[in-house]
Amino acid sequence: MSTLNLLILVCMLYGLFLFLVAFVAERSARRGRARWLRSPIVYTLSLSIYCTAWTFYGAVGYAARSGMEYVTIYLGPTIVMVGWWWVLRKLVRVGRSQRVTSIADLISSRFGKSNLLAVGVTILAVVAATPYIALQLQSVTLSFASFADAVGQADQVSDERSTTAFWVAMGLALFTVLFGTRNLDANERHHGVVMAIAVEAVVKLTALMAVGIFVVWGLSGGVAETFARIDASPIGHWQMDGGRWAALTFLAGAAFICLPRMFQVLVVENADEAHLRTASWAFPGYLLLMSLFVVPIAVMGLERLPAGSNPDLFVLTLPLAEGQTALAIFSFLGGFSSATSMVVVASLALATMVSNHMVMPLWLLWSGGRASVSGDVRHVVLLARRLSIAGIVALGYIYYRISGGGEALAAIGLVSFAGVAQVLPVMIAGIYWRGATRIGALAGLTVGFGLWGYTLFLPSLGAGVILSQSILDNGFLGLVWLRPQALFGIEGIDPLVHAVFWSLLLNALTFFAVSLASFPSPLERLQGAQFVNVLQQAGSARSWSAGAAQAEDLMIMAQRILGAQEAQAFFEQEAARQAGRAVRAGALPEPGPDFLQRLERELSGSVGAATAHAMVAQIVGGASVSVHELLAVADETAQMIEYSDRLQAQSRELAATAAKLREANDKLTQLSVQKDAFLSQISHELRTPMTSIRAFSEILRDTRDVSPEEQKKYSSIIHDESVRLTRLLDDLLDLSVLENGQVNLNIRRGTLREALDKAVSAAVAGDESAKLQVNRVPEEEAQTLETDFDRLGQVFINLIANARKYCDAEVPELTIHAAAMSDGRVQVDFIDNGSGIPEESRDLIFEKFSRVAPQRAGGAGLGLSICRQIMERLGGSVDYVPSPRNAHFRVTLPMAESEGPAAHRKSLVTN
Amino acid sequence: MGKRVLVIEDEPNITEAINFFLSRDGWEVFTHSNGHDALQAVARRAPDLLILDVMLPGKSGYEILRELRDTADWKHLPVLMLTARGQARDREMARAAGASRFMTKPFSNAEILEAVRELVDS
Repeated sequence: MSTLNLLILVCMLYGLFLFLVAFVAERSARRGRARWLRSPIVYTLSLSIYCTAWTFYGAVGYAARSGMEYVTIYLGPTIVMVGWWWVLRKLVRVGRSQRVTSIADLISSRFGKSNLLAVGVTILAVVAATPYIALQLQSVTLSFASFADAVGQADQVSDERSTTAFWVAMGLALFTVLFGTRNLDANERHHGVVMAIAVEAVVKLTALMAVGIFVVWGLSGGVAETFARIDASPIGHWQMDGGRWAALTFLAGAAFICLPRMFQVLVVENADEAHLRTASWAFPGYLLLMSLFVVPIAVMGLERLPAGSNPDLFVLTLPLAEGQTALAIFSFLGGFSSATSMVVVASLALATMVSNHMVMPLWLLWSGGRASVSGDVRHVVLLARRLSIAGIVALGYIYYRISGGGEALAAIGLVSFAGVAQVLPVMIAGIYWRGATRIGALAGLTVGFGLWGYTLFLPSLGAGVILSQSILDNGFLGLVWLRPQALFGIEGIDPLVHAVFWSLLLNALTFFAVSLASFPSPLERLQGAQFVNVLQQAGSARSWSAGAAQAEDLMIMAQRILGAQEAQAFFEQEAARQAGRAVRAGALPEPGPDFLQRLERELSGSVGAATAHAMVAQIVGGASVSVHELLAVADETAQMIEYSDRLQAQSRELAATAAKLREANDKLTQLSVQKDAFLSQISHELRTPMTSIRAFSEILRDTRDVSPEEQKKYSSIIHDESVRLTRLLDDLLDLSVLENGQVNLNIRRGTLREALDKAVSAAVAGDESAKLQVNRVPEEEAQTLETDFDRLGQVFINLIANARKYCDAEVPELTIHAAAMSDGRVQVDFIDNGSGIPEESRDLIFEKFSRVAPQRAGGAGLGLSICRQIMERLGGSVDYVPSPRNAHFRVTLPMAESEGPAAHRKSLVTN
Repeated sequence: MGKRVLVIEDEPNITEAINFFLSRDGWEVFTHSNGHDALQAVARRAPDLLILDVMLPGKSGYEILRELRDTADWKHLPVLMLTARGQARDREMARAAGASRFMTKPFSNAEILEAVRELVDS
């Protein structure tokens, strides 16, 4: 087997091995055995994707060309990790608490969830990363080619370079899709990917160290000799440019935070904030080891390899030249690892941004309302992400093909760093400055990105690609001060430093100035507070930082909720607690976190916890309200509304019940009063005749010499009163039966005349001396009735007897008129020629025991009550017809059906 | 000449009975049957004792009694009240109105006689 074939086989096996590692890690994570996956070491190793092929191969090349300057690439991240780890901690905290999925998401989320910003950052990141991905593909291809060159099989691969790049790109895309888009949730981490890159981190470190050890001890002959060689080489005498050093260090540090792939492993894939602590020393250690042998390899490469050899490939070509094929293959694998891990994570991070901020919004726009209707958007998101991954890798590949894989790519690393570093001002200000606004961020990013493109990116492509030589020399539109590499006429600076300085300076200034001049939207304010105060909210998300809270404002709010006196008392009590002694009335406490928490608790008793928190938050402004809290407020409010609705319904019910009860009670009271009155009345009506009976019987019994006339008279009185008593009892029983409805009606057919004849003769029968004359019109009385004639007669008799008793005319007369009505009823009027019933008494006559003129009445005043009850039973009525004179009673009752069924007697019980 | 008794009662039979046994006992009995002009009847007859019914047409016995007690001349006139309503509440009302004695119908003639004697003697 040829060496080249062996290399291909090893590469394929290595690739397979990485798939396996990712697969196993993924499966362990799914089974919940992910403890070892989440160790701080794995986290630290995953950070090593910072060291791409550009670092693996390029650092040596860099050292060979520019001396110690390569150190800046390691120095920047080291400084960030050691000195700026509190910034990282805040970033990680924000990322976790806001469930940030990418750096674009972070910026967008901070500035009021602006998608425009997210799109901007995404485009920036893609533009900056595409050449970088191309660079990785190139490094693989290049290293493969030089391997082939060295083993004399160059002819086999020279025309297949693009093919190699293609297959590598395909493999990487496949890997990323497989392990990067298993799930959607940013909090479910990509264990497979992280594990694979951790393994690759180990491979690339050991590969580089193996080459280094070989160089130092195998070729150079020891440490002392190596130092001697370094001193002798031009590298040792390289002059440092302070400005460039500072710029490069800064750039590397900024890129370490801002690169999408770094953000992915630093923040998104972070499983535990504590890992940052370990990484803060372990990762610089890793970088130190990576940089340890760079110079010896560079020196030895320059010394041993023929002049004109590409120093970027010394790591590979040195062992090859020395015949160390195994070491060379190992070294190749190291470079391969560096390249692949970068492409995988970068494409994953970029694809998340592209799919979330560009593809999905477009898809939602295009699909209209269907997305929310169809429900599961998951598949769409996954598809979008997979396509994005493929697209980004393809973009890198296409860029590689177009750029022709030339030497120009080598410079791409720093250009790319400078591009993504434009996000730095916005990102840092976003988590430390609440005044930063969306408009400011947009303006700053636009200026920074524009300047970066104009002064660094476009010129880096070479004159004539986009920017013509004349623009480079004479400035845009011939304006000299707009020369891309000498803005504002400041010349003689290193182009990179020049670009970084101007782009970041103007970026930050614009951002700052526009932020000050513009006003943040409510959502921006909210998010801004969340981001800036993320550390204060640690532990208890509900604790307060003592902001510029106004005690008076809190007092006013508390008064509104608790009531003026209670609020006053609470505030004074708190002020006393703070002072440790009694305070004067009206004293206000310092609005410290302690007090605010107590106030919140106090308020939550009235308005609910979430609302209380939100209200305090509004005034304190120190910590703002999260969406969760707002939802909780909504929930609470809904619950309260529901509760109050229920209460209202209940109170309505209660009120209705109370009204009914009151009504029933009134009725009962009334009934009770009526009952008392009734009993009292009965007592009176019974006792009166009994008094006469007793008194006269005692007289008859106890008195001697009572004359026979007197004896007879008194016996008659006793007799009459006994009769009266009996009648009264009869009436009472009758009324009771009628009122209870338990009355037997004896229904038969007959004429009205028949009934009246009987009644008139009965009414006058008992009293021969009766002067009452009854006038009738017999023709009117032909109506056929089907009723209880005894009961009807009772009514008629009562009315006639009343006329006889009460008519006060000189010659009393009673006229009876009958008339058939159109509604099938007959109406019988009893009209006397007396003075009638006084108006004030008319309402009373049908009441029990009512007598208008008692001394002349023989009855107990139950007559008309009984009449009314009877007429009701017979389906008719009896009323007094008001008139200025004459007593006028009217009886109405139904006539019999005209066809007149055979006279039938029936006895029925009405109820 | 016996002492004068005025009976204000609307039931003629009861009036007649009382009149009968009081006259036999030597009292000079006057009768009156309604409440309207009861006070004038009292003034006219100037009785030594008044027998007063409660339920009278025109004006109740309680009212008549209250008005009597408000008049200086009749402040101490012995009044025997008769009522057909025998409830405790009626007794209380009679006492409050200023009745000297209260009796429920139906009464015993002997009791009335005894009460009349007592009230006039005291």
